[in-house]
Amino acid sequence: MTPSSSRSRLIDLVPHIVLIVGVLVFVYPIYVTLIGSTWDSGTIGRGGLPLWPSGEGPANYAQAWAGEAGDRAMYTPVRTMMLNSLVMALSIALGKIAISILSAYAVAFFRFPLRMAFFWLIFITLMLPVEVRIIPTYKVVADLGLIDTYAGLTIPLIASATATLLFRQFFLTIPDELLEAAKIDGAGPVRFFIDVVLPLSRTNIAALFVILFIYGWNQYLWPLLVTSSRDMETIVTGITKMIGTGESANDWHIIMATTVLAMLPPVAVVLLMQRWFVKGLVDSEK
Amino acid sequence: MATVDIRNVRKSYGPVEAIKGIDIAIRDGEFLVLLGPSGCGKSTLLRMVAGLETITGGEVAIGGRVVNQLDPKDRDIAMVFQNYALYPHMTVFDNMAYGLKIRGLPKAEIRARVDKAAAILELGRFLDRRPSQLSGGQRQRVAMGRAIVREPAAFLFDEPLSNLDAKLRTQMRVEIKRLQDRLRITSLYVTHDQVEAMTLADRILVMNHGVAEQIGTPLEVYQRPASLFVAGFIGSPPMNVLDGRIDDRGEAVDLAGGIRLALPQPRLSDAGRAVKLGVRPEHLATADSGFAIEVELVEALGADTVVYGRLAGGESLLVRVAGLPTCRNGDRLTVAPPPDALHLFDAVTGRRLEG
Ligand SMILES: Nc1ncnc2c1ncn2[C@@H]1O[C@H](COP(=O)(O)OP(=O)(O)OP(=O)(O)O)[C@@H](O)[C@H]1O
Ligand SMILES: [Mg+2]
Repeated sequence: MTPSSSRSRLIDLVPHIVLIVGVLVFVYPIYVTLIGSTWDSGTIGRGGLPLWPSGEGPANYAQAWAGEAGDRAMYTPVRTMMLNSLVMALSIALGKIAISILSAYAVAFFRFPLRMAFFWLIFITLMLPVEVRIIPTYKVVADLGLIDTYAGLTIPLIASATATLLFRQFFLTIPDELLEAAKIDGAGPVRFFIDVVLPLSRTNIAALFVILFIYGWNQYLWPLLVTSSRDMETIVTGITKMIGTGESANDWHIIMATTVLAMLPPVAVVLLMQRWFVKGLVDSEK
Repeated sequence: MATVDIRNVRKSYGPVEAIKGIDIAIRDGEFLVLLGPSGCGKSTLLRMVAGLETITGGEVAIGGRVVNQLDPKDRDIAMVFQNYALYPHMTVFDNMAYGLKIRGLPKAEIRARVDKAAAILELGRFLDRRPSQLSGGQRQRVAMGRAIVREPAAFLFDEPLSNLDAKLRTQMRVEIKRLQDRLRITSLYVTHDQVEAMTLADRILVMNHGVAEQIGTPLEVYQRPASLFVAGFIGSPPMNVLDGRIDDRGEAVDLAGGIRLALPQPRLSDAGRAVKLGVRPEHLATADSGFAIEVELVEALGADTVVYGRLAGGESLLVRVAGLPTCRNGDRLTVAPPPDALHLFDAVTGRRLEG
């Protein structure tokens, strides 16, 4: 073997090693969680969690899914939290897409007074994430009596225009002639939107749906503030509430099972939407 | 089918006047070509007829009805765009059917119309394809099909062939001509290609800087260009233009270098006037007296030959003769036009001197 070929083999190897290490770093905690959800809380609590599964899994998941109480404390059942999180994530994703695509449509295709002023106004909301405006937002939501409601949970998160910019940039690539051809064909603004703009945007919509669903699913601070009743608890806040303050011991087996369940919907969305992307890429339309 | 009347139409973009008052009455079934250099306002005029651009001044009437205030869809026109503007996500069938669906035609009628147009344009095999699965020429035909199925009062074309390669362009030009002979629908056709204009047009409107330089049949425009601009724009290679002066008796034109060309009829009223003399390269032929040139370059085009010559005074003179080259660089030739092939233009205004 010549020195140069062994060097090139090393160069091939290095990226693989880096990638494998990276994967291990990301996968290991998830693996531990998965394994943990199949052991009893005593084993986990002692800190000596083995790296192979045990037989407690079905019982742990059943308890987490429907149970009101663990060995040491009362919890909201996962099925309730899952439903709340699902409603929140779906409302946020769909609501944001609907608002963004409509406002981008207006800004990109219509000439009206103060058009650019409106665009910048929308744009500025990007610079004010929920956390910055959380106190006034809370006040408004409380005054409207929306504490502990789905509306209070979702509307303030919908009302920012993350995706407007993205849609606008995409709309600017749609040739003017297409709009003009549609005008001559007799399509008004609404028909043009439904018959041409929406179908052309579907891969963009799919991509944004994935991003925004996960954004909505992972919301933490706002649900924590605006919900107090057990019935309205979301799964991400629920998990943190399950982990006690250190004085009390935790039902680790339930926490692990809940965590695994909490991961499933985002994973499912990614997998489902991935098929859409690929479809969009395969019959790519210029 | 309908007439299209354009009456003193103007268009301003802010302080810039793009169209400075154009008048033309297009007859029912006529094919009018708007010809002119880039930026002269051809598209702007067409788009005002389509309703895609507001009309700053004047009137557009389609079928006798003033349409200034009507939306494009209510003007009963169909338009073919340079980049085709097909709906990328729809099949060829849906592209053609879309306008009819919106108008609420019954399904069977839509089917029949699209099938008929597809047969005319030989698109039958492609009805289920997307535009991205078609060649440029096929896309162009779909765009025409979309216009045909509407059975409009008028067709508007904005440089529909300029995205095609030379061969396909010739082929599509013939197809458009055949289509027009068959359908006889009033058409406005924008192009900057004089061959398209000459072959397709019933009449040509030559535009320059937002004004109509000349309106006439292709032969009128070729034989009697109304201005130096038209003379230079139509014809290939372009007309030779030389400075001259009509002599005091109005019988001949005196050019630099003592060249004197007799006029077909005396022009007493123009005696002594400074003129521009135009002579088409194809009208020059070897003669005993006339322009003595030194050959600088010979272009053999096969069917004919273009000779780039230089006069003693330094002006260049192009000569086009049929057949293969008979001279070489450095040769000296004498060429002259027949008297009735002279074009006289006012030296100052550039307008044709009639008579
Ligand atoms: N929206 C606009 N705002 C300002 N000026 C414009 C606008 N549209 C066109 N113009 C001007 O009007 C003139 C005519 O434009 P037009 O598009 O009609 O030219 P054209 O003859 O179609 O040229 P081409 O052959 O390049 O398409 C040009 O000088 C152009 O700069
Ligand atoms: Mg143009």
